[in-house]
Amino acid sequence: MASVILQAEGLKRHFGGLKAVDGVDLALNAGEIHALIGPNGAGKTTLVSLLSGRQVPDAGAIRFDGTDITRLPAHERVRRGIGYTFQITAIYAGLSVFDNLALAVQRGHTRDLSRAVTEAAARVGLEDLLPQIAGTLSYGHQRLLEIGMGLALHPRLLILDEPTQGFAAGEIEGFMALVRGLVPATTVLLIEHNMDVVMALAERITVLDQGRVLASGLPAEIRANRAVQDAYLGGSHAGD
Amino acid sequence: MRALSLHLAVLALLLALHFVLPAYHHANLARIMVLAVFAMGYNIAFGYTGLLSLGHALFLSAGMFGAGLLIQHFGLTAAPALLIGTLAGAAMAALTGLLALRTAGVSLMIVTLMFAQAGYLTLLYFGAVTGGDEGFPVPAAGRVAFGLNLAAEGPRYLVALGLFALALMGNLALVRSRFGRVMVAMRENEERSRMLGYNPFAVKLGVMVLSGLYAGAAGAFYGVMFGYVGATFATIPYSILPLLYVLLGGAGVTLGPLLGAVLMFYLIDLASSHTTAQLAVTGGALLVLVLFAPKGILGSLRERGLASWLP
Amino acid sequence: MAAVLALSAVGLSLTFGVMRVVNVAHGEFFMLGAVLAWVVVQAVPSAPLGFVAALILCPLVVGAVAALADTAILKRLNYDPEATIVATIGISYILQQGALSFFGPDARAVEAPFSLRLQFPWFGYSGYKLFVVIAAGLVLLAVWLFMTRSRAGLVMRATQVDRNTARAFGINVDRVYAGTFALGAALAAVAAVLIVPIQQAHYLMGHDPLLLSFIVVIIGGLGSIRGTLIAALLIGLSDGIISMFFTPTLAKIVATLAVALVLVFRPQGLFGARA
Repeated sequence: MASVILQAEGLKRHFGGLKAVDGVDLALNAGEIHALIGPNGAGKTTLVSLLSGRQVPDAGAIRFDGTDITRLPAHERVRRGIGYTFQITAIYAGLSVFDNLALAVQRGHTRDLSRAVTEAAARVGLEDLLPQIAGTLSYGHQRLLEIGMGLALHPRLLILDEPTQGFAAGEIEGFMALVRGLVPATTVLLIEHNMDVVMALAERITVLDQGRVLASGLPAEIRANRAVQDAYLGGSHAGD
Repeated sequence: MRALSLHLAVLALLLALHFVLPAYHHANLARIMVLAVFAMGYNIAFGYTGLLSLGHALFLSAGMFGAGLLIQHFGLTAAPALLIGTLAGAAMAALTGLLALRTAGVSLMIVTLMFAQAGYLTLLYFGAVTGGDEGFPVPAAGRVAFGLNLAAEGPRYLVALGLFALALMGNLALVRSRFGRVMVAMRENEERSRMLGYNPFAVKLGVMVLSGLYAGAAGAFYGVMFGYVGATFATIPYSILPLLYVLLGGAGVTLGPLLGAVLMFYLIDLASSHTTAQLAVTGGALLVLVLFAPKGILGSLRERGLASWLP
Repeated sequence: MAAVLALSAVGLSLTFGVMRVVNVAHGEFFMLGAVLAWVVVQAVPSAPLGFVAALILCPLVVGAVAALADTAILKRLNYDPEATIVATIGISYILQQGALSFFGPDARAVEAPFSLRLQFPWFGYSGYKLFVVIAAGLVLLAVWLFMTRSRAGLVMRATQVDRNTARAFGINVDRVYAGTFALGAALAAVAAVLIVPIQQAHYLMGHDPLLLSFIVVIIGGLGSIRGTLIAALLIGLSDGIISMFFTPTLAKIVATLAVALVLVFRPQGLFGARA
């Protein structure tokens, strides 16, 4: 039994009458790739906001590596090793690729900043584009930069929020190899719509529906689960 | 390298001007350099970090009165008074920042404006000590630092240049440092910076204190060098002044405040020698800038790729 | 004082509420109204007639100036909040200059249209002040009816909620904004004309009403007209009480700081609903 790096218990977040997250338990094992899936509006984004500290839960507790982080602000969680990449690309469009990566790299108090930045760029294949202004990159490159910034934090847990959105088919292969290379040093929580990516990468899967955990287990179990099939095929697929 | 050479060249030019300028412009330039330090402090907050304050007169006057009152009432000499005045600016900025930085955008503008106004009224309220609207002249004995008589033209110019050089090179080092990069990151995307592990409040508070340090230094030196301390320097126009300089010269460019200060100073000087319409000139300049050149002169140059290396 | 304050503050609240624009030049529109009132009263020989003329003309002129400023300047800034503040600061400087150049630096008094003094058994009360209160009340009532009942008010409120949707429904948002900005300024002008027989007209007089209006609007909750009214009454009434205990300067210090703190800790205002 692998050790649990992040544990959430009874997380709740309501907006008025809408129960976006309604009593979710989640445990991530150290070194695994764990996928979080569910139809649109299932509460994935809210749950991730709670885990990364961008929102405060109405009830429940989150423990990271044994310490209670439920009330810690987002930036403090990042410092403790929870990295986060945005679903909507949130790079600094006006700054160079170098500066974008340096902002993440220099968190580690690196002595030789430019070498460390070059290394971080090489991990996502952007080492030739360092002087370019990030806003002028192609969309795929911007996505890679976003992920590169998350990686450059050297997080112990990396939350990837819809990372493959907007990737071309060829780019997805490279991305999957990249994520596979992260474990077991880094634990990965992957929020993903593309089922091929999920099934190929994830060691465990948690399915969310209407703010609750519908199922959790190995990919094969999830695939065979009737309730999951119903939730996905029962009309809530619209608008995907 | 290019940027460093340019900065050193500007400083060398200012030093050369000391020997050739006629008295009138010589005195003006000394004033402009001190005001440019004030604007540089403003630029650190507004230009680089995106904090639009309308209350910097509070930090300027904290420095000015901090130094002036110590000389006037406690007989301090110029050197310690200038130091304490500078720190008073930073302390006032820290206090303001602790409260005001809980807000952002328009609210931040109004809150800083209100704090500065409260500061101005406080100076009036303690008019018996501060001289109120009339102010007070700084005693001659308190205007000598390290054997230099700051009341005399020559030393005054050189001290102003020394302060300016220190501030400019400090500013250059700051914006090239790792903290400088974080400042710009806050301006560009605060939420993203938070998710890289930076505490926005702490960063912005640090910036405010630095900005207040510059403003406090400018206030203290201005009061001691030109021998007058008054509550006018705490009024709203003195909060607008650095905004104007920075907008004109170029926000987020180290040399922007100097260029803006020189141009605006002489524009108003020119206007007031021909008409009495200084207010209209100031107002008109604000409108033209905000409408047609929101990045200022140097900022527009940099944007067009003509000088993309400008820090 | 409370009534006039409310008028001016509602004007400010209106521009913020509908347009999300903090109009720093609001005080100068007030000043412009007062100064124009003096000009009009000078031009018309008969005192009561002149005052009535001023009451009609000044808001119209000030409103027109404001509409012009809106289309010429604010619209081109796309109503970016921070840029518009800088721009309205610029406008306020220019208006001050205008008043200074054409009107001079002296304070001018305008005579009240009538000098009736109501004599109660224990204190006397100026009839004009009573008239001001009633007039201001009527104008406020009219504004309220306009906003809640008329078609134009409905259009303004729709624009306030979502300007893109409003545009999609065929509302000419540019005209609504110009009209709102003009109405806000005109309200300040009405307030100024009413106050001018009590205070004197002066090119720097816009400062205090601006600050007071800010205080009222912030305490009432930015953009909330109902909150603004309540706050105006409270402040107007308590102004007198506070100044009995403190010197005017100290009262201003306290008020200014209080407002700043309200904005820091309760940005939705004391009476505004939680966002």
